[in-house]
Amino acid sequence: MWNDLLTLIWIIIKIVLVIVPLLVAVAYLTYAERRVIGFIQGRFGPNRVGIWGLGQPIADAVKLFLKEPIYPARSSLLLFLLAPILSMAPALVVWAVIPFAEGWVVANINAGLLYILAMTSLGVYGILIAGWASNSKYAFFGAMRSAAQVVSYEIAMGFALIAVLMTAGSTNLQDIVLHQQGGVLHWYWLPLFPVFVVYWISGMAETNRLPFDMAEGESEIVAGFHVEYSSMGFAMFFLAEYANMILISALAALFFFGGWLSPFEGIPLLGSLFGWVPGVVWFLAKVFFFLLLFIWIRGTLPRYRYDQIMQLGWKILIPVTIVWIILIGLAIEFRMPPWFV
Amino acid sequence: MMNKLKHFFKKFLLWEILVGLKLTGRYMFKRKVTILFPEEKTPLSPRFRGLHALRRYPNGEERCIACKLCEAVCPALAITIDAEPREDGSRRTTRYEIDLFKCIFCGFCEESCPVDSIVETHLSHYHFENRGENIMTKPVLLAIGDKYESEIAKARETDAPFR
Repeated sequence: MWNDLLTLIWIIIKIVLVIVPLLVAVAYLTYAERRVIGFIQGRFGPNRVGIWGLGQPIADAVKLFLKEPIYPARSSLLLFLLAPILSMAPALVVWAVIPFAEGWVVANINAGLLYILAMTSLGVYGILIAGWASNSKYAFFGAMRSAAQVVSYEIAMGFALIAVLMTAGSTNLQDIVLHQQGGVLHWYWLPLFPVFVVYWISGMAETNRLPFDMAEGESEIVAGFHVEYSSMGFAMFFLAEYANMILISALAALFFFGGWLSPFEGIPLLGSLFGWVPGVVWFLAKVFFFLLLFIWIRGTLPRYRYDQIMQLGWKILIPVTIVWIILIGLAIEFRMPPWFV
Repeated sequence: MMNKLKHFFKKFLLWEILVGLKLTGRYMFKRKVTILFPEEKTPLSPRFRGLHALRRYPNGEERCIACKLCEAVCPALAITIDAEPREDGSRRTTRYEIDLFKCIFCGFCEESCPVDSIVETHLSHYHFENRGENIMTKPVLLAIGDKYESEIAKARETDAPFR
């Protein structure tokens, strides 16, 4: 009895330790995005609130909290209120199975990868319901676009992750990372390079980020699925989008870049020199790099046309992954060293 | 054939996108030319035409002699002048008003003034808080002139050789 209670408290502490830094990271990701895109465009970005503008996300959060929530008169109120929650919850729930370092995970379940696929697919319901419940043309367009896009890229992403699963021989995220042990060349980005590229592209499409932000498309359909939202509802969608960005980056680090493993592993001098650095630092550094890549790509590429997105997803990404899955199958069958032994 | 192969690999290795990323990456570290406004300001020409002011002679006598040339030349009809002889018999304005909502800041009033009385100063950051404040009355204009006389005089002096 008391033991159960203690376990419960311990789990809650762990959840708080994951969620709170995650929300802070989300807040500062918005800041980083505005700064980096500003720098790319030859501007400074927000630099007024606090030193270097570091108070900006806090000011934004306070502003959003204090704003009046507006409910469209003809909206389906229950669904309208439910949608932000439905998009926010899956984005947070997935973090349960993400290992930050060896053993640093809330729930070390064996079907981790399947759990992630299941939860990330749920996120689209929030967007769909938001678009439908708003009773607005633009929101509806955004939701429809988003649904089609996420569904088609989910397939490519699922196939890409199947390749990872086959190579590692496990769906437990810790096992997948541990299987990559042995230095940079043993990480999966090298044997699975095309798959990694496909994963990254479909990851960007899944999170509705530029150049795939058809759901939002502010220059075409105002703000897409969240036109009618204000105040906290809007903030929730924002949080969900950025939490998903961090999630996709974390997964990229776990599946293809060795998670918490040191990049200097196996190199004679550097390996022992950086041996003292805790794994979580490497993990966070990798996540940070991928987040930067997200923002960098956003600052570089214009939005895809809708039919081009579909073409890319169905005609290029899916065939590429299928071909590579077959190749991996052969490599596993013939035990190709050093990755598939 | 060779070309087709090259094109194929370029396409699948996302070559053009990498080139684009390189370009934006370079811009990221470029020196920024933004002027951070309240701390930094753009250089102002001595001919800048900002808020108006009425000047005085060094002995404190107001320059304006109510010739009404500025009122006549003003293309926006923003200036209203009433004049009467003062006790000492000199011609002076009793009312000198500029409606800033009408004014187009062309500077003709300053050009036309034979005694360099009405001038446009370097002031560009001002605001109104109440209705009617857009009409600059004579005391207000004189006060601005008194406050910024040194800057006004310096700007006229710098500009004088080019006139």
